Amino acid sequence: MMRDTIILRVVVKLLLPVILIFALYVQFHGDYGPGGGFQAGVAAAAAVILYGLVFGVSAARKVVPQGILLALIPLGVLIFAGTGILSLLLGANYLDYSPLGSYPKAGQHLGILIVEVGVFVTVSSTMLAIFYAFGGRAEDALVSEEENE
Amino acid sequence: MMIVAVYGIIRSRNLFVVVMLSGIYSFLMATVMVVLDAVDVAMTEAAVGAGMSTVLMLAVLGLVRSREAPLRHSPILPIIVCCLTGGMLIYGTVSLPPFGHIDNPQNQHVAPYYIENSVRETGSPNVVTAVLASYRGYDTLGETTVIFTGGIGVLVLLSGVMTRRRRFNNQKESDE
Repeated sequence: MMRDTIILRVVVKLLLPVILIFALYVQFHGDYGPGGGFQAGVAAAAAVILYGLVFGVSAARKVVPQGILLALIPLGVLIFAGTGILSLLLGANYLDYSPLGSYPKAGQHLGILIVEVGVFVTVSSTMLAIFYAFGGRAEDALVSEEENE
Repeated sequence: MMIVAVYGIIRSRNLFVVVMLSGIYSFLMATVMVVLDAVDVAMTEAAVGAGMSTVLMLAVLGLVRSREAPLRHSPILPIIVCCLTGGMLIYGTVSLPPFGHIDNPQNQHVAPYYIENSVRETGSPNVVTAVLASYRGYDTLGETTVIFTGGIGVLVLLSGVMTRRRRFNNQKESDE
């Protein structure tokens, strides 16, 4: 989209790892500070979207292919629901994480982390898929305009 | 400042300016949330309201014209509906209990239990995370499912439009 602006490209390249690290920090530090799967998912998706805005959606599609996204969206929900079923199999109530660890507190901790990963996966891939759907159409429109000319 | 942003959104006919102003409005809203000590909500507002929706709006702006179309009908009925809804909402706040009071229903129900027991029972110092992921796990599961359903819905709608348009174009080409 903006292939000529070198300042933008360099700054984005510098920012991308910072955004991704921040997303992971928000994800795994959610137990202790503000944040969690939802916010981290949006931040991670924002990193890829930024890349897509500057380098074009097709470049972003090479980094995170659309097919993987479509598999990841239901995978997050499955991780979440599967954790609940796992605790059912271990003899507790649905979504009661206590039996997952060696003692209840560790189980709760592990359960919260797994569930947040599920939220992260679904949120980030959904946001990205919607962006691909819109941005891809914009790019398709550009291509077809060029073909018409 | 939020009022200025809203006034700008209403007055401006340039949709790019409107998108940027609504992003600014979201950031101001996030600041309000920080002032109210709701850091998690502020983070969500900043990420989703200011970041994600602004980017999606810009992506859509790439597809449509960036000037607002002139009105084709009188704006009186929408104004009446808006004023009625706003008036009813303000009327509803009159009977709300005083802000932050200890005797309020939301401070008396399960909240004290969460605050007292969440660290002991879940080992998570952040009460918000403990409530979201552990005590109210069902609700968060439902929330994730809503995002899943919404995303799939949008994708189905958009891909449906695309295949139909492609078929239409192919048909036109074969007709020619």
